[in-house]
Amino acid sequence: MHRGDFVRQLSSPGGDRRPSRVLHIDIPLLLLLLILCGIGLTVLYSASGQSIFYVKRQATFMLVGLFSMMIMAQFKPRFWERGSALIYVGGLASLVAVLFFGVGAKGAQRWLDLGFTRFQPSELMKIAVPMMVSAYLSKRYLPPQFKHVFFATVATLLPVFLVAKQPDLGTSLIIFSSGFFAIFLAGLGKRYLISTGLLALAAAPTLWFYVLLDYQKQRVLTLLNPEDDKLGAGWNIIQSTTAIGSGGWSGKGWTQGTQSQLNFLPESHTDFIIAVLAEEFGLIGVLTLLLVYLLLIGRCMVIALNAQTMFSRLVAGTLSLTFFVYIFVNMGMVSGILPVVGAPLPFISYGGSAIVTLFCGFGILMAISTEPKRI
Amino acid sequence: MMVDAAFSDPARERMLFARRLFVGTLVTLILSIVLSLRYFDLQVSRYENFATQSNNNRVLVRPLPPPRGLIYDRKGELVADNRPSYNLTIVPERSDDIEQLLSDLGQLITISKRDIRRFRKNLTRRRPFEQTTLHVNLSEEERAILAVNGHRLSGAETSARLIRHYPFQDLFAHVIGYVGRINERESQTIESVKYSGTDSIGKVGLEKFYESQLLGSVGSEQVETNAWGRAMRVLDRTAAVPGDNLTLYIDSDLQRVAFEAFNGERGALVAIEVETGGILAMVSTPSYDPNLFVTGISQKNYDGLLYSKDRPLFDRTIRGQYPPGSTIKPMFGLIALQNNIVTPDDRINDNGYYYFEGIERPWRDHNFARGGHGNGVNLSKAIIESCNIYFYGLGVKTGIDLLSNYGSQFGLGSTTGIDMPGERPGIMPNRAWKKGAHGQSWFNGDTINASIGQGFMLTTPLQLAVMSARIASRGDVRSPRLVKSINGVEKPSLQAEDSIEISAKHWVYMHQAMEDVVHSSRGTARSISKGLDYRIAGKTGTAQAISIDAEEKYDSSKIDKRQWDHALFVAFAPVEKPKIAIGLIVENGEHGGSSAAPIARAVFDAYMQSQQSTTLVRR
Repeated sequence: MHRGDFVRQLSSPGGDRRPSRVLHIDIPLLLLLLILCGIGLTVLYSASGQSIFYVKRQATFMLVGLFSMMIMAQFKPRFWERGSALIYVGGLASLVAVLFFGVGAKGAQRWLDLGFTRFQPSELMKIAVPMMVSAYLSKRYLPPQFKHVFFATVATLLPVFLVAKQPDLGTSLIIFSSGFFAIFLAGLGKRYLISTGLLALAAAPTLWFYVLLDYQKQRVLTLLNPEDDKLGAGWNIIQSTTAIGSGGWSGKGWTQGTQSQLNFLPESHTDFIIAVLAEEFGLIGVLTLLLVYLLLIGRCMVIALNAQTMFSRLVAGTLSLTFFVYIFVNMGMVSGILPVVGAPLPFISYGGSAIVTLFCGFGILMAISTEPKRI
Repeated sequence: MMVDAAFSDPARERMLFARRLFVGTLVTLILSIVLSLRYFDLQVSRYENFATQSNNNRVLVRPLPPPRGLIYDRKGELVADNRPSYNLTIVPERSDDIEQLLSDLGQLITISKRDIRRFRKNLTRRRPFEQTTLHVNLSEEERAILAVNGHRLSGAETSARLIRHYPFQDLFAHVIGYVGRINERESQTIESVKYSGTDSIGKVGLEKFYESQLLGSVGSEQVETNAWGRAMRVLDRTAAVPGDNLTLYIDSDLQRVAFEAFNGERGALVAIEVETGGILAMVSTPSYDPNLFVTGISQKNYDGLLYSKDRPLFDRTIRGQYPPGSTIKPMFGLIALQNNIVTPDDRINDNGYYYFEGIERPWRDHNFARGGHGNGVNLSKAIIESCNIYFYGLGVKTGIDLLSNYGSQFGLGSTTGIDMPGERPGIMPNRAWKKGAHGQSWFNGDTINASIGQGFMLTTPLQLAVMSARIASRGDVRSPRLVKSINGVEKPSLQAEDSIEISAKHWVYMHQAMEDVVHSSRGTARSISKGLDYRIAGKTGTAQAISIDAEEKYDSSKIDKRQWDHALFVAFAPVEKPKIAIGLIVENGEHGGSSAAPIARAVFDAYMQSQQSTTLVRR
């Protein structure tokens, strides 16, 4: 150890007095998030039929989300590492509770009614699973041994099945990817990767015949040939691809999209909102949004690389890769290259709990990015 | 990969992580390019194709709301129907100057500030070219005025829709319930497709219980629109299927007789057809006009109902839980007879006090002040004159376990399973219940209180009627039911679900004793026997609304009427072949014999008369 190191260490506590450090804010991350929120509210106004009501509500959710993010950022990554098992177990217990006492809408049981508010445990699991798996694996020698991979897989699959049972395929897919990414980033051996891939291929028929519900199969079939199902799920795809395609390079202009404004596009302010953006702002709009997303993910990768502990690295890497899954699944399904599962477009689709969860995830990333350097 | 894993190597682990993260980033970029290519394909390569398709896309699908199922009484009288209601709606896009239009309309018809406020609020959450309601329930005159001036009111339209109407107003309020606007909470749990085009939902009563049957299924209409989304032509139509019609066991004439017999007193009455378990009349007073709720009740009216001391919104028939008082004596008598705990010949001497071993203070008979019912009180006399002292002894000897077991067979202590939401179970206490609810063991004193239907015991008027019907039918267990048939299809099973095991001779004995309550010169309900040309069997009851000490005398003149005793009566008729059984309570009515029994008599009279006239018609 050099003498200079010692001096630096002494001066480092409280040495960085920039407001962003004191408040635990990562400025690039915050700016990109604010840009996304701005795009989101703009598109939502048009997609909801120029409804100030929806925009106000969504803005409220965003403020709540920003506030939650700031709170999450104040805790040290060490705190999240220690608490992850507790949060995970609590989340799992509430998922089981949802099976028995849950309330829901449209045939799905997703919420717990706490009297004063409703709580959606599957949202909590989107953060709890990556933290739990990262905390577990970061305590082992990496790359992980078989039994550690095994336990991490079980910890991932339990909530995945519980959420899929609700049924909420979109969310269970997100939770699954987050668990998988954590294991992958921890250095899962190539042999496992290949054998898992083969196993998944073999399991596909079982999944098709025993696990997927009829309407879920229908959506996969619809993807292959939307014209077969003009009034059901195919209607959504036909209308959304028409909306996207008719946008062209530069779009029809804000609030001028005929597909969305005349009610042809279903779910235009929630899952299918990217079609509104594509119709009104064209390919340029779509690519701009994608660029902002990628910049955000890029910033998260940098945070992950510079993180101080293996736990922080795994959590940051996992959250950023999972964030891309949201985007890919949503933009893929609306444009007709993936089956329709309920998956919102982050920060753009209308919906309160999803937004708050996303912000909480970025709160943890900020906590990691602003952790004082250890030498 | 064959490195010794026992040594942790942070630098190596970090490198491994970085490599993996790099792979992840690479995949992310590749997939982003895939997405970009897909959007490029749709938006650039196939732009012409989609642009044309979008231009031709002028077909909209509109929901057609189904008419809600109707509800009839047993004679085919409509008790819930749908009436056209005309609303004034506005499409702002079609008006040149919305403020001008509002003030023009305000000069033609009365539009309240509340209307305008609500209209502006709804404007912010609608889609372009969607009709927004300004004023509901236009009168015929208002419609005429609007039609004449239609040419200068562009943007305003009158639209017709069906709304629920309850022609009997307050008479059926608690039974039928009402529909109201779907609120935010409900909108999260219903299937939105089924309710597209419908904005109301059953809130309470039968309207809620049979919501899925009454709703019907939504139809749809494909319409061609012009460039501005205005419907030009109907291309295709799938008609809506109306909801199922319900027919009730209730006879609206009998219902009216029962309702009016209360004469403004608070209380509840349930009359059951003994043969089927069907509800003939079900009244909770005071009541309210359910029509107020259909298009949204004003806050002032609602507060008036909600905070009224008489609690008109409260359904006393299934949610009011009262001590049953002496009305449970016939049932307890039957239990004791069946289990050989007493015989008709067992007699006691009643001096007005009951002493239980080891307890100094006696239980007193509050029914009679003048030194008890005297010598030679047997079961029959104890029923006829309602002697508490006899039943204290009977209760203690029978024991709470038997009383409670049999009591639940008679329908007490749990919900009866009637086809209505929100029924309360009452309490048929026993050892386990007291342990659970109070954490205490059961005492003999508790049995003594229970044996005259006081203490922990609570029953709903519906349960009293069910108990009465089970005594009348000699032990046939039938769940009470309101709906007789759905769309003319009779609900099956007239057979009793179960039967209470009590010997025939005990039933005969108890029916005789209950008949004497009404028809003998010392019966507590003798006042209603005048001019009867058929026989009624009954039992009066009085339930304390406040507690009275053994040495104190209950004196109604000294206490506020709202603390007077509740008056109860259970009865059935005709005794030879029971057809109708009743359970009823008059809150703070004091004496079952004087205030509750006459109401039952009025209902019985009306029922017997209707039976006679139907047999005459058949001949």
